Amino acid sequence: MKKHDNLITYAVVIAAYAVFQILAATGNLSSHMKGLLVPMTYYAVIAVALNLCVGILGELSIGHCGFMCIGAFTSAFFSKLTEESLPGPLRFFLAFVIGIAFAALFGFLIGIPVLRLKGDYLAIVTLAFGEIIKNVINAFYIGVDSKGFHFSLKNSMELGMEKEGNLIVNGAMGITGTPHDSNFTVAIVVLLISLFVVLNLVKSRDGRAIMAVRDNNIAAEATGINVTRYKMMAFVISAAIAGAAGVLFSHNITTLTASSQYFGFNASIMILVYVVLGGIGNIRGSVIAACVLYLLPELLRGLNTYRMLIYSIVLIVMMIVNWSPKVIEWRKRVTSSLRRA
Amino acid sequence: MKKSEILTTAVASVMSLAMLVGCGEGAATTTETSSDATAATATEASAPAGPTFKIGAIGPLTGGAAAYGNAVCNAAELAVAEINANGGINGYQVEYSKEDDELNAEKSVNAYNTLKDWGMQLLVGSTTSACSIAVSEYTKADNMFQLTPSGSAEDCVKYDNAFRVCFSDPNQGIASAQYISDHNLATKVGIIYDSSDVYSSGIYQKFTEEADGKNFEIVSAEAFTQDNNTDFSVQLQKAKDAGADLVFLPIYYKDASLILTQANTMGYKPTFFGVDGLDGILTVDNFDTALAEGVMLLTPFAADATDDLTVKFVSQYKEKYGEVPNQFAADAYDAVYIIKQAIEAKNVTPDMSVSDICEAVKGAMTEIEAAGLTSAKMTWDANGEPNKEPKAVVIKDGAYVSAQ
Repeated sequence: MKKHDNLITYAVVIAAYAVFQILAATGNLSSHMKGLLVPMTYYAVIAVALNLCVGILGELSIGHCGFMCIGAFTSAFFSKLTEESLPGPLRFFLAFVIGIAFAALFGFLIGIPVLRLKGDYLAIVTLAFGEIIKNVINAFYIGVDSKGFHFSLKNSMELGMEKEGNLIVNGAMGITGTPHDSNFTVAIVVLLISLFVVLNLVKSRDGRAIMAVRDNNIAAEATGINVTRYKMMAFVISAAIAGAAGVLFSHNITTLTASSQYFGFNASIMILVYVVLGGIGNIRGSVIAACVLYLLPELLRGLNTYRMLIYSIVLIVMMIVNWSPKVIEWRKRVTSSLRRA
Repeated sequence: MKKSEILTTAVASVMSLAMLVGCGEGAATTTETSSDATAATATEASAPAGPTFKIGAIGPLTGGAAAYGNAVCNAAELAVAEINANGGINGYQVEYSKEDDELNAEKSVNAYNTLKDWGMQLLVGSTTSACSIAVSEYTKADNMFQLTPSGSAEDCVKYDNAFRVCFSDPNQGIASAQYISDHNLATKVGIIYDSSDVYSSGIYQKFTEEADGKNFEIVSAEAFTQDNNTDFSVQLQKAKDAGADLVFLPIYYKDASLILTQANTMGYKPTFFGVDGLDGILTVDNFDTALAEGVMLLTPFAADATDDLTVKFVSQYKEKYGEVPNQFAADAYDAVYIIKQAIEAKNVTPDMSVSDICEAVKGAMTEIEAAGLTSAKMTWDANGEPNKEPKAVVIKDGAYVSAQ
């Protein structure tokens, strides 16, 4: 039954991919829609990552965009550096490796102190982490010229670069001119791999241990499960997948700035909204919720400012339908009566 | 942590988020209702038969920077309505559409694609720098003509199809340093800038570079970010202790109004010198405009200027949108007329392809000499930068007065 369920998830993603590709090939896809496909997919990827952390591990992280930010900046930095010297596909692959590795590394480093905390405290620390990352990156000035790397935390004049030197990270201006490597196919592949990793992890022995930790920490510890190890494992994998979403993000848009609208608290909460409304612990639900909720305000552009109102109403309705005990009861009654009829 | 706990925390977070968003948008909403109503009537009115030029505009119409996006989109709309009333461009009417980008480069690209689906041939936008850079990547690929009214970062016009109306950040920094030096305004200069903002740190960098070898000395340069822009006492104290007799504020007016208030409380009274972002400081709610007395700023546009063009623009804008236009509006208004002039110079017709229009208009841009609200004489180089004189104004009795 469970295996069946996973196959449905893959099938949904592949079917969606096929539909969009056919629409694009036959010229039925507007350029607006085409532009939305990649962002939609990387938000689905990071929603899957966060669901691993919130739903499976049971730890509330509201700084996941911080990992996305790390993945985005390290990979964009690498791509910018090797833009001339490496062929496109190889460079993009290595960018993924670097982005994911750094996000995982930071996930590990943050995990050491953070996973000792529980509940609200963990949420607070991850929130702070996301904000710190953003502010630190905003202060970075890194340039490269014939003499090698130059680094400053003050301003670009401090770098003392040669005239023809290349300023890569320019403080608040971030990284501009990252090669536009992301496309829908790559994004879908990343989404499928993340789904594969997460769904298989959940099914595995490790996954059951992680869920045991979530459900009852003390009981899990008493049965000999190494709580810290499993917590760390889920957290690092979650961070790594978020990093992959960041790589897609930075290679889809040419201006990368570490500002609040992309990587701040609000952005992290938005991802959390996708996860909560898709169903905590329900991976397929996160993917669908991320896609629907990302597309909704875009597709409602014709309604001008009313789209904000409709978006919030949809959020409220989804929240009630998915979580209100009375509505769940009612839904069960309706489905069972339907079945009988 | 149980599921239900996660849920309650999440719900609480979402609610607090909603409140935050609500606060940020408070200032913007007042202008939106009026502009939406007029937008609907304008688009209906300007849907004539036959071929038309389609001009699109992009800017943040909602969220914290909505004041800028609305100014740009409203002014562009006003210019288009005027042009249509006077017989259009080369006898063709102009259709106009605007899209919201929420100050987000990602959304700005989405807005651009939406406009492209609508059939846009020429783009006035994006309003802000980062968005404009992101969009230029796509206009370059489509070879669509892009004229940003207010995207001031250097990279906004790095492609040959992109031009701008406003000064670039570096030019503002250089012009400010030269102006201070030429007019002997100060010997010791303190700077307070926003390190999290592209515009502000761009100007700051160039100002510092240009200040080298000038007749003044930079004695303090203190940064703040958008996350801590409520208390400036530390930055002001440092400037005061260093003996700065002029404080350079390459920032937007909202933060500047707080700086002026806090400096007054401290009893620190240097000359404050700003750039075009300071334009609008007299309209800040609950700000005692007496504190802005004597503040100097370099801006291409002053709503109180008495030339016919400005008077006409300001009165019409006020009538239609109920507020005094700022320099963003002036830049956008000029942008539409610049496009008109360029189209007329090359006899472009709407039935040409987007790419052909771009090539023709691009060629015209380096040849025309435009006169508008932001300068009586503007010319362009092929690199997209405008050549025009910066104007300095000083605030006297709650109004801008030319400083010359």
